[in-house]
Amino acid sequence: MANAGPLHQSEVRSSAFTRSGTPPEGLTPNPASGPLLQVTRLQKSYNVPVLVDFSFALERGEVHALVGSNGAGKSTFARILSGLTDRDGGDIQLEGRPYNPGSKREAEHAGVIMVLQELNVIGTMSIAENIFLNRLPRRGGFLRFVGLHNEARQALSRVGLGGVDPSTPAGFLGVGQQQLVEIAGALSQNCRLLILDEPTAALTDPEIEQLFENIRQLQKEGVGIIYVSHRMDEIRRIADRITVMRDGRVVATHQAGDVTPAELVREMVGHDLPERKKSVVERPVGEVALRVRNLRAGDQVRDVSFELRRGEILGIAGLIGSGRTETLRAIFGADAKDGGEILVGEQPVVIRSPADALRAGIGLVPEDRKQDGLLLPQPIRVNTTLSTIARHANAGGWLDTRAETKTTESFCGRLQVQCTSHEQTIGELSGGNQQKVVIARWLARDCRILLFDEPTRGIDVAAKHTIYQLLHDLAAEGKAVMVVSSELVELMALCDRLLVMSQGRITAEFTPDEWTQEKITQAAFSGYLDQKESAIAT
Amino acid sequence: MNLKAKKLVEYMAMLVIWLGLVLLFGLMSHNFLSERTFVTLANRIPALTVVAAGMTLVLIIGGIDLSVGSVLGLCGAVVGLALVNFHLPFWAAILLGLGVGLGAGTLNGLVSVGFGIPSFIVSLGMLEIARGLAYLTTNSQTKYIGGAVEGLSTPVAGLAVSPAFLIAVLVVVAGQVVLSRTVFGRYLIAIGTNEQAVRLAGINPKPVKIAVFALLGLLTGLGGVFYTSRLGSSDPNAGVGLELSAIAAVVIGGTSLMGGRGSVVNTFFGVLIIATLEAGLAQVGASEPTKRVITGVVIVGAVILDAWRHHLTGKKFMLLKQLFSRPPSSKSTP
Ligand SMILES: Nc1ncnc2c1ncn2[C@@H]1O[C@H](COP(=O)(O)OP(=O)(O)OP(=O)(O)O)[C@@H](O)[C@H]1O
Ligand SMILES: [Mg+2]
Repeated sequence: MANAGPLHQSEVRSSAFTRSGTPPEGLTPNPASGPLLQVTRLQKSYNVPVLVDFSFALERGEVHALVGSNGAGKSTFARILSGLTDRDGGDIQLEGRPYNPGSKREAEHAGVIMVLQELNVIGTMSIAENIFLNRLPRRGGFLRFVGLHNEARQALSRVGLGGVDPSTPAGFLGVGQQQLVEIAGALSQNCRLLILDEPTAALTDPEIEQLFENIRQLQKEGVGIIYVSHRMDEIRRIADRITVMRDGRVVATHQAGDVTPAELVREMVGHDLPERKKSVVERPVGEVALRVRNLRAGDQVRDVSFELRRGEILGIAGLIGSGRTETLRAIFGADAKDGGEILVGEQPVVIRSPADALRAGIGLVPEDRKQDGLLLPQPIRVNTTLSTIARHANAGGWLDTRAETKTTESFCGRLQVQCTSHEQTIGELSGGNQQKVVIARWLARDCRILLFDEPTRGIDVAAKHTIYQLLHDLAAEGKAVMVVSSELVELMALCDRLLVMSQGRITAEFTPDEWTQEKITQAAFSGYLDQKESAIAT
Repeated sequence: MNLKAKKLVEYMAMLVIWLGLVLLFGLMSHNFLSERTFVTLANRIPALTVVAAGMTLVLIIGGIDLSVGSVLGLCGAVVGLALVNFHLPFWAAILLGLGVGLGAGTLNGLVSVGFGIPSFIVSLGMLEIARGLAYLTTNSQTKYIGGAVEGLSTPVAGLAVSPAFLIAVLVVVAGQVVLSRTVFGRYLIAIGTNEQAVRLAGINPKPVKIAVFALLGLLTGLGGVFYTSRLGSSDPNAGVGLELSAIAAVVIGGTSLMGGRGSVVNTFFGVLIIATLEAGLAQVGASEPTKRVITGVVIVGAVILDAWRHHLTGKKFMLLKQLFSRPPSSKSTP
């Protein structure tokens, strides 16, 4: 209502550049109205400076991408804008007026909506309640569920979750779907400025497409969007301008068309990345390490069989909700199985709990680091050694803190975890650095079979390379490695063999010389097509 | 290093608060700062101390045990029964009392962990059961035992404190060491922080949790023995309301009811504060109702203070800071 004027104006303007690759002069601030958001010399420090003289501008109807390594300060900036963190200094103007949100609520009131990097859905509450958490429709203090569910259904269909019942507890959803629920919640609010902090880290291509549709729609309505991501291809497609951050400072701001990914990466890390070789470095593939036969678990894993060999990196591709994560969790004993057989080597094993899996030499780096991985208020050291704590004690059960520190230094060092000390609380680390610690924990455990679920979720371009290299090293040592990722490019760069899951079944298997993006995508959808056909047949 | 220093600072802070309380009562009443006060104090607290030490561990894993008062009463009753009616030797009676405590605690743990029922409910049931059993075993009568048990609570010659007090201090030290230096202690903190993460790290949290409830049961049994020895008799009403004092002591000591954080040593200071408050208020002539009001205020005050220290984000402190300095927006460049 209030921004009907600028809305019309930007509609005209945005249609001029959203489709074409080169953002035109339309973006230069209109002196009359000024930019939507103007940030001048923002300062923030915890124990170390996190934002230093950070200046930033956002136009109406613009998608402004923010890129930078893990710990560069992107989320901190976003949290300041959305009232979750206080700044130490600097000036923020929203539509020409000083903007000092004291809380998330105040920010939302001003039309600044944010999707946080870490998932925040409340698992025991319904999806609908999660979407409308801060503005549940009420009458005389009672919730009105009918209206709530109808609106939730609409919001969900905007992000491609139209088929999901809004009264389901949100905890039943996978990470990707929870992420979509959060996006749905943000999209269903009246906003002038939308902040998306790594919204696609757990999404696959179709959901990303849908998100981009929504973003373009908002652009037309004159909404400004700050888009944080580590995926360069995405940024190139959706962003109008790109600001690169390093160590809390602005390195440069580019028009999206004027800069190549390689240049961006160089600006982010300060040097060139070594050229990555294709994954098919010859590695001897050994005997079968893990056999899974007719695995069934819940309604997400319907019938899964495969073999994993030593020295092999096997990937699983598939859409959100195809059962990739659930397959790994069932193998690892995190969720109950309904049937099927698991053999480690030639030996059938009964795995009822993760403890059983570990005994059989199987480890899992979970998808949801916050829920399933981290002890947020505990130090990095304690988080790193959680799975190996018994090895850091002598016979009497006495902890050897020095040995713990040594392990932490070794593994967190190898992954270049950015922190002030290994006694720092892990909750204070940036998202990507938290993810690295979870990986470090499992590297320290030294399992023969390692299952990785979205190992690079939230990890920056440079650190991804480190992790790819680590996975290769693991395989070269004769370990059996499995990777689930929603990023197809990543799987294709990393894996020796690829399974595609759809609707709880494996619908295709590819070797590197067979696969193409189209073939994989087709296989990922095939389960849904079969289902339709059988539905017609009956 | 850093962590150890931080811990030491916390201990010192608790010590200062306690000393402040002692000083306050000393100023209010001339008789308070006497040897007798402290001897009485030392001999009153062993039962509460050991129970609160165990309770600390239970709260750290995010559980609670409301049955400790009743179980303590039951254990005392069993000790009395064994000595007076069955004429068992002293050590056997004590073992029996400890065994009953261990059994009750284990049962609490097994039921709540095994069936996934909140320990609040399970221990509430146990509170009734144990009290009922205490009445049944003693025929609802106080049993005089006499000399046999009193030795535990009589000051050792030349030391002014009783063996019970020394054992209680030992339990506190051992509890703290277990918590911060052993794998078991690490499991407790980890489970209290994020049980799901612990399970997915390949650790089975259930036996650990059951063990903690069992340990509290055992310590409650010990508390029952101490209580009986102090009175020289076994009273079926022993320990009524003790669960609240124990939880209060733990919470005053800064252990989080949400789990994942706590210290047995600070719980000991919590016990001292509660006991001193009680003794001091009695000394200055406060009536029973006044005592309760003040104790309640202290408990809530302690928790609020603790919340301020731990839970509030930098943001809330920022509000405070802003009160004393210029707001951030005014610091911006001209
Ligand atoms: N509450 C806090 N206490 C101390 N340091 C913090 C806190 N929050 C963030 N930091 C530090 O601020 C820096 C920037 O963190 P931020 O989360 O903004 O990074 P980021 O750019 O979003 O990284 P990522 O790509 O990994 O998400 C990090 O070094 C982090 O350790
Ligand atoms: Mg971040």
